[in-house]
Amino acid sequence: MSEQPQKRSHGGPGEDGPGEEPGAVPGGSAQSQQKAGELDSLLDEIDSVLESNAEEFVKGFVQKGGQ
Amino acid sequence: MERRVFGVETEFGLTHLGRERRGLPPDEVARYLFRPVVDWGRSSNVFIPNASRLYLDVGSHPEYATAECDDLLDLIASDRAGELIMHDLALRAEEALERDGFDGSLYLLKNNVDSRGNSYGSHENYLIPRATHFRRLSTVLLPFLVTRQVIAGAGHVLQSSDERAAHFAFSQRADHMWEGISSATTRSRPIINTRDEPHADAGIHRRLHVIVGDSNMSETTQLLRFGATDLVLRMIEAGVPVGDYELENPIGAIRHISHDITGTAAVRIRGGQELTAVEIQTGLLEKAKTFIARHGAHHEHVEKILELWERTLEAVRSGDHSLVDQEIDWAIKKRLVDEVAQRHGVGYDHPKLEQIDMAYHDVRPDRGLFHLLRRRGRAASLLSEERIRAAMMDPPATTRAAVRGHFLSTARAYGAEHTVDWVHHKLVDRPLEALMIKDPFVVEDERIEALLDKLGDRASQLRELSVEEREAQGVPLALSERYTLTADRPHSDPPVI
Repeated sequence: MSEQPQKRSHGGPGEDGPGEEPGAVPGGSAQSQQKAGELDSLLDEIDSVLESNAEEFVKGFVQKGGQ
Repeated sequence: MERRVFGVETEFGLTHLGRERRGLPPDEVARYLFRPVVDWGRSSNVFIPNASRLYLDVGSHPEYATAECDDLLDLIASDRAGELIMHDLALRAEEALERDGFDGSLYLLKNNVDSRGNSYGSHENYLIPRATHFRRLSTVLLPFLVTRQVIAGAGHVLQSSDERAAHFAFSQRADHMWEGISSATTRSRPIINTRDEPHADAGIHRRLHVIVGDSNMSETTQLLRFGATDLVLRMIEAGVPVGDYELENPIGAIRHISHDITGTAAVRIRGGQELTAVEIQTGLLEKAKTFIARHGAHHEHVEKILELWERTLEAVRSGDHSLVDQEIDWAIKKRLVDEVAQRHGVGYDHPKLEQIDMAYHDVRPDRGLFHLLRRRGRAASLLSEERIRAAMMDPPATTRAAVRGHFLSTARAYGAEHTVDWVHHKLVDRPLEALMIKDPFVVEDERIEALLDKLGDRASQLRELSVEEREAQGVPLALSERYTLTADRPHSDPPVI
């Protein structure tokens, strides 16, 4: 918890803030490229652990109600 | 009351995805999951050596209830231990299922909703003095709990309905609460449940049972959730004026607040004034700060709780969620959900985002998205792995749980039939000597020791096993035996003459 992450856009999904698309920072600073790389790597890792059929996973998750 | 006993009960969601054919339904998977538990305790409802309770509840939900804790970090450690206990059972169940020809993946989710709108909970217990004014619970505590989701909600990708478009909400649980205060649980889920089972001296204590909370993954969020609730209770108990925020319609308010991530949704309080959740929470926070300045901090985490409370309210008020997006579940999750949405160019109504929401709560350390974020430094933690692992095996040392754990592990070492619950301790062969411990702060009890002495000379016969020895037992760690009998066993055959 030592440092706060940098500010980001908090627009809803699909809102394209100019220059905020992680991969689309031509000539951006080394720092922003590194951040974009970290995000890509995170999202790739997530894709690798998730069940590939999202809809099937979600629809299949049915419980009985508890308290 | 200087010290308070806390507990949390967590119901887990369970699903089995078959590899080649359909997975088994949850009630059948639950039986596989609890097979080692039944082998160990001949029941699917047991108290385990760490003094917590492990059971299958209503609707086949695997459930874990922490032992009594009087320290917030002990409480969080015990709750996190519950996740790892479930994970351990899940790995074994997956193997057992495969052996029976049901290849697939088993998922245990520490969340609160499934895809059809069924809900299950994370229930908090707070020991409060019997004398606490019930009226103040509804004028102060209820508004606090209704608005608490903005500081402690787990966040939720909510699908579109007739009333509104898909969006990101503060809380998983808000849409599933039906009453403010009542004694029912499943029939009409109330925010505060008044079922009066104090598990303690009913002349002195009451157990406040809070059903409204979301299951949290983040330890820092948990600290704020339990810590702020304790502070509000403390002010109520001390009888200090805390303001009156009694809501006109608590259930309408809890949903209205959950659905507005901008934090600007206003709710009407008695008298007609309209306030936002942030305004109500800020009012209570300011009172808490004054209260602590006057009375002093009652534990070492108070300052941290007040700071995080204030910062979280500022994050909601300003819309700058990055202020807390490593420490507060809804903000940690929302950041990820929005990043995935952007990468895939999809909106909140896409199943991918619902899947991310669910996978955030996956208890499996190498697959759950909260754990993945923590490994990448995107989510804070408070506890070391060693501490959580210890909490899987041993009871908290500063409450009655220590006695329960000691009693049941000793009886097991001697092979003595026994039963325990929150209050009772019984050796089946000595039913008339059953003992109650009504004081939850007791950590030693002479009567219990005298009863256990009847099993044999423990000083010479009993040895406490090391962590390594317990790990080597081959059973789920939480079910490993704590003591073993040394050579001169009391029940061994008499020597041949």
